[in-house]
Amino acid sequence: MRDVARNLLWPFAAVAILMAFNALRDPAFLHLRLVDGRLTGAMIDVLNQGAPVMLLALGMSLVIGTGGIDLSVGAIMAVAGAAAAAMLHSGASSASAVGAALAVGAAAGLWNGSLVALLGIPPIVATLIFMVAGRGVAQLITDGEIITIAPDAAILAIGRGSLFGVPLPVLTALSAAGALAALARLTSLGLFIEGVGGNEEASRYAGLSVRSIRIAAYSIMGLLAALAGLIDAADIAAADANNCGLYLELDAILAVVIGGTALTGGRFSIAGSLLGAVLIQTLSTTILRADFGGRSVPVELNLIIKAAVVLALCLVQSGEWRRLCRPIRSAAA
Amino acid sequence: MADALVEMRGIVKTYPGVVALDGVDFTLGAGEIHALVGENGAGKSTLIRILTGAEQPDRGRIRLSGREIRPRRPAEAQRLGVAAVYQEINLAPDLSIAENLLLGREPRAPLGWIRWGEMRRRARRILGDMGLEAEVATPLRHCSIAVRQMIAVARAVDQKAKVLVLDEPTSSLDAAETSRLFDLMRRLRGLGLGILFITHFLEQVYAVSDRITILRGGRRVGSHAARDLSRLALVSAMLGKAAPEAAAARPRTRPVDSGAPARLVARRVFRRRVVQPFDLTLRSGEVLGFAGLLGSGRTEIARLLFGVDARDGGTLSVNGKTVQHHSPRRAIRCGMALAPEDRRAAGLVPHLSVRDNILLALHASRGWLRRLPRRRQHALAERFVRSLSIATPDLSRPVAQLSGGNQQKVILARWLLMEPTILLLDEPTRGIDIGAKDQIESLVGDLRARGMAIIFISGELEEVARVSDRVLVLRDRSVAGELAGADLRLSSIMERIAGSGGGDGGA
Amino acid sequence: MRVVLSRHWPLLATAAVFLVLYSGAAATLAGFFSWFQFTRLFADSATLGLAAVGMTFVILSGGIDLSVGAVIACSSMLLALLAGESGWPLWLAAPTVLAAGGAFGAGMGGLIHAFRLPPFLVTLAGMFLARGTALLLSPDKRIELGSHEAIRSLSMLHAADFTLPALALLGAVALAAAVLRWTRFGRTVYAIGSDESAARLMGLSVGATRLGVYAISGLCAAAGGIIHVIGTQAGDASVAFLLELDAIAAVVIGGTVLAGGRGSVVGTLLGVLILAIITTIPGYLSDLNSWWTRLIIGALLLLFVALQRLSQRWHEQ
Repeated sequence: MRDVARNLLWPFAAVAILMAFNALRDPAFLHLRLVDGRLTGAMIDVLNQGAPVMLLALGMSLVIGTGGIDLSVGAIMAVAGAAAAAMLHSGASSASAVGAALAVGAAAGLWNGSLVALLGIPPIVATLIFMVAGRGVAQLITDGEIITIAPDAAILAIGRGSLFGVPLPVLTALSAAGALAALARLTSLGLFIEGVGGNEEASRYAGLSVRSIRIAAYSIMGLLAALAGLIDAADIAAADANNCGLYLELDAILAVVIGGTALTGGRFSIAGSLLGAVLIQTLSTTILRADFGGRSVPVELNLIIKAAVVLALCLVQSGEWRRLCRPIRSAAA
Repeated sequence: MADALVEMRGIVKTYPGVVALDGVDFTLGAGEIHALVGENGAGKSTLIRILTGAEQPDRGRIRLSGREIRPRRPAEAQRLGVAAVYQEINLAPDLSIAENLLLGREPRAPLGWIRWGEMRRRARRILGDMGLEAEVATPLRHCSIAVRQMIAVARAVDQKAKVLVLDEPTSSLDAAETSRLFDLMRRLRGLGLGILFITHFLEQVYAVSDRITILRGGRRVGSHAARDLSRLALVSAMLGKAAPEAAAARPRTRPVDSGAPARLVARRVFRRRVVQPFDLTLRSGEVLGFAGLLGSGRTEIARLLFGVDARDGGTLSVNGKTVQHHSPRRAIRCGMALAPEDRRAAGLVPHLSVRDNILLALHASRGWLRRLPRRRQHALAERFVRSLSIATPDLSRPVAQLSGGNQQKVILARWLLMEPTILLLDEPTRGIDIGAKDQIESLVGDLRARGMAIIFISGELEEVARVSDRVLVLRDRSVAGELAGADLRLSSIMERIAGSGGGDGGA
Repeated sequence: MRVVLSRHWPLLATAAVFLVLYSGAAATLAGFFSWFQFTRLFADSATLGLAAVGMTFVILSGGIDLSVGAVIACSSMLLALLAGESGWPLWLAAPTVLAAGGAFGAGMGGLIHAFRLPPFLVTLAGMFLARGTALLLSPDKRIELGSHEAIRSLSMLHAADFTLPALALLGAVALAAAVLRWTRFGRTVYAIGSDESAARLMGLSVGATRLGVYAISGLCAAAGGIIHVIGTQAGDASVAFLLELDAIAAVVIGGTVLAGGRGSVVGTLLGVLILAIITTIPGYLSDLNSWWTRLIIGALLLLFVALQRLSQRWHEQ
């Protein structure tokens, strides 16, 4: 428990510092107001815009927990959004459109998981295949066009609605986190995932079905990616097979790493991944809002900062780096 | 020995908490094949790691042809003339034989381009000198393990090696391949090389070596000319019991009740290249010991019985039911449990807590939906921590932080709470302190009294003899005999392990 | 014959796929079967092809480079900036861009090697970095070079209907094949991908080779960026989005094993041509949409990965 708290300290501090920076530049950043029964304010926007990455990071932490990786989550988002939009377009209800999107997402996860667990293809390669083909599937569904969603469709609430004043995307992400936490605490799934990622051989000796646990992790990932795809489609009221979820797999992996989960597997932290996703979004928002001497900072700086964060975190996690630092530390002590 | 090629004197090497080598002397002559034997933890691998520069000794000196050397890296040792060929062959399987022989020293034209024709010619000459036949353009992955082994030897020799270390080169070779390798070794001996040969197979020790050095517990027990050392003397030296003492009558055991229900029956079960066909019957309320040297097949049989490895043939029935497609999951469902030899690799999930490790098999058998309530988890784990007296500050401590003995008890706890009818214990007492050892042995007695059927595997013969009602003796991957009742004496076990003399050679 | 089959079946499988596709297209598509169309295949895929040649080195050594698309975009912007706005002569600007690409790759290789970081993560960061830099180089994300004489004349250059980009691709393939076959560096690339610790124990310089492999990948991607500028007379920060995926696909379809150690750059060229045919076909058939190309590429990728996996299992038996 102490471990978890220490791992969360840094990302938490980073979020707090960024928030403080924003608040100092513009005190309105911290304001929360109720407009038409809906909470608004910059901080709510951060959570709202960060919701898709939060969902992806949650699933990614399970997959990384088993010692795997999923590069296809952006493509799964596109496929799920396309499926929902196409269903609506052909006159189906919003509920069945949501159902179709989730089913498609879970099926994509099942596909990835089967390639990894049954065929024994390394996770990077297996999910790369869907990363290549997935957007083709999405375009096949939408017939290559951007399908817009009618402005009165109930499904739009997923991206724009709110409940008790809280935007639905935020609620969705938080309830997914709650559900995963419950899954990890109330069932044995969390234990099994950590077992498989921590020592596959020992897990097999103990009677775990390593294959089905792997497949389950990728399937849950697919389901959560589909949810993220729905939020994205509902937010822009359209399914864009080319751009939906583009590069978000990288944000998701980054969020998980920021949350203190090692890429080697065997452990995962739901709270950490959630916090990591919030940090990434806070960073983007900060850059968007910041301006130096009247000149706004280009949004693209975001990419470079993310690259620096990825590298820095990996360096700190690597054993070689620690070996390099040890003499320095002991000299200082 | 006038022309000592390698002289190692007073070699000491300690790791945190372990003295791996405690002042070992070792001498290898030129034109000599010298077998290095010993059980697990004897210090064989540490000694060769020091000789080949992979580790540095804490104390002691190494001389090569009279000159003192201190290799810091394998590459440095190689330059000095000490080369090693390991069981997992260190060559590039995707490159051709010629490249594997010559890469790094390949013939090149002025601009740095490789001269392939010259390279193939040289490779052919090297193979010819060694008496090997192979098409040098063949990718190594298309070659058998035996050929790869010999290519690795050829590469080492061609790099002007004076000393060749062969670390278990024969463990995955069949008899014909082994004898080809031995021919090559004899040929190299004729060229004046000193060969240090490590193997688990006694037959092979006698088939090819001139001298034998025995290590036990980090000390040298003795060095003898092979023809002066009987097999029995060798086995007792390795296992640390002088023959007369070993012959002493064994304490207690009640007679085996041949009417008790058979729990586990194996008929002609085998796995190619791993275990020869064997029969086995295990009854309720008995302890069946497996005795044999490392690599004799004792662990391999346990893995076959538990379904970790698939068997290539034979029938297996557990609690009266014939088992077709075996797996650990199925074995557990049939009431079996296996505490594996290698705790780190196959037993523990290191950063999970003591509690989670204890409950892993139980949760696995219940499925993911039926997780035990937290309080019940705690109570169960607590009960076993107490009854096995596992020393841990608390149940949520990562199991990696426990001592070896306590880790072993965590694995035992994992299986005991499953209440198996058949318990396989592979080296349950290795690397743990005396107190924990006694505890585990008396626990085995209790479990047997309660009607459990137990297979007890240990490299310590005395322990096997003490704990078991019957003992299967294993030699060279097959069952060499069964001992029970009055025949179950240490001396008779050793005789069986040593083989009844007769130079049947090879694996 | 059997030896050739057993040793080179991945390359033969690729060649078979290429022949079937090409003759199928030639038989059914009016106007496809001509020398001019054949040379077009090379010209159209020159940027991808150059990146795939570099990627072949990386994958042969057991790594992966996800940054090549971004490096192409960044190089095209850099060249347009230097040769256009800053007015550098092309003979200076182009080598500078190549050197920058190589240095960028070498930097990633150095990190991967020195700190034993997973290649996909480091090159992912490299992708962010290069794409971000490309976008930051100009507020318009695009630099037009309408009146650049040297570049325009280069774009007119051709030999036997092969344009300069096509010639560059062919030259790079030939050079890469020679390096992989006839130099110690090339053989060390195979050795590392085959078994890294063995390569180390054989006394080969693993670190320098790995650095070189990623440097070559960066260099090839930079060359791809230059080719793009020559083809379009402009630098474009958003060009070559996800091109790394196609490059990896071309390498794998070309018979190179993703785990490293086996494969050839000639196979990669065939893989690139296969992708070129697949992407050309929709232009001839109005009822076949371009997204089918993604699906077919994905399916081919799966086919080759599965074949590799099966042959590996078969060898383990």
